[in-house]
Amino acid sequence: MKHRVLVGTRKGAWTIDSSNQRRDWRLQGPRHLGAVISHYVADPRREGYQLMSVGSGHLGPSIFVSMDHGENWVEATKPPAFSPAPVGEPRTVDHVFWLTPGHASEPDVWYAGTSPHGLFKSVDGGNHWDEVLGFNHHPDGFEWRGGDKDGTPDGPKLHSILVDPADKCHLLIGMSGGGIFESFDEGTNWEPLNKGVAMDFYPPKEDGSEYAFGHDPHCLVMHPEFSNRLYHQNHCGLYALDRAKGDRWSRIGDNLPREVGDIGFPIVVHPRDPETIWVFPMDGSGQWPRVCPQGKPAVYRSRDGGQTFERQCQGFPAEQAWWTVKRQCMAVDNDEQVGVYIGTANGELWASFDEGDTWQILARDLPQIYSVEVVTSP
Amino acid sequence: MIRVVLPSQLDDYTGGQRELALELPAPTDRGLVLADVIEELERRYRGVAFRVVDEQGGIRRHIAMFVGESMVRSLQAPVAADDRVQIVGALSGG
Repeated sequence: MKHRVLVGTRKGAWTIDSSNQRRDWRLQGPRHLGAVISHYVADPRREGYQLMSVGSGHLGPSIFVSMDHGENWVEATKPPAFSPAPVGEPRTVDHVFWLTPGHASEPDVWYAGTSPHGLFKSVDGGNHWDEVLGFNHHPDGFEWRGGDKDGTPDGPKLHSILVDPADKCHLLIGMSGGGIFESFDEGTNWEPLNKGVAMDFYPPKEDGSEYAFGHDPHCLVMHPEFSNRLYHQNHCGLYALDRAKGDRWSRIGDNLPREVGDIGFPIVVHPRDPETIWVFPMDGSGQWPRVCPQGKPAVYRSRDGGQTFERQCQGFPAEQAWWTVKRQCMAVDNDEQVGVYIGTANGELWASFDEGDTWQILARDLPQIYSVEVVTSP
Repeated sequence: MIRVVLPSQLDDYTGGQRELALELPAPTDRGLVLADVIEELERRYRGVAFRVVDEQGGIRRHIAMFVGESMVRSLQAPVAADDRVQIVGALSGG
């Protein structure tokens, strides 16, 4: 079995390959040196097909497509762009932050999430992109997302676009900030899905009720086989939801050690076991440094849907390691013994081939890592 | 002839050509403007326009455009037939 890790960074893209059961790895690249690669994604429906979000410190945002495992790239003819707004200020896409392949039954469909918040769809494999108007022009859209200059320090981001494997019309998205929203009609109508989620950066409502939206999900995942099982890492904690049983999230992050906390960016779920997840908690205290708590990197794994967690740090530096791991920077492969991969903001790629028990470094000295994906082939 | 000077950031589109001379006839109903130059660049180098001009017709934040020695912020800036037009990747980031 062959493995390829796709690494997007602030200054280009690299791949790291293993052809001998993950024993040896070879770094190749860069591609698009100097470009900001927010997301670099392989198509699970089509061997060798890849999409890459390509931004720049100077130039406008674009998307590139490869049909030959990343050897050659062609720019989208029509990258994501906002149409003239029906109301309010004209909007412009700053960067394409997220890419998601569509449903298995629609091999040419892709979705893109942008900064500022925008949802786009391509029906021709990523060459032409159009707005999902039900979302981008929703009459409540401004109320949901706020202004385009609000939100996270480098711009509000629409991320975690999920297409339900059991129902191509069922979509979820995360807005940071804005909250999680859900559609059951392929993007025409949307409803918030944030019950039970803390929002302690807003004043409590006087009547004691919850805010319906405005939350700050950092990363949302859906189990690929049991798609009712949802998890999400939020600015205000770590949550789980069984959508078949309701619409109220429970804060499983309360089961993490208090001194570590449950703040972070990424979360991944085991490809076959919906009870197993991995998170990388970060320091959300004081000035919100968003680095390893106490400078001691550790992944936390739960085998029981978040009721208990175990610390996994063997192989990581024991102290003075102040990493940040961004939301697209944690991935799993689908080997029998699942590999877990993380990319750090200081350009290191780490991996575990025993489901998180021990860690080793695969690459260092890369630019700041923005995304990590794993492709497995026979 | 309009002399157009391009930045290194566009090398992938232009094949590394940094300078070109354009003979652009003015439209019958108005004089030449910067938008006409960008349109001609797009015709020659597909995709280049969206990288320097946003979807609302604005010059991108970290791109500067000069007509002669004047930095302009609108694509409606007049361009004379013998002007020098320069596109610059403005100082940004690190």
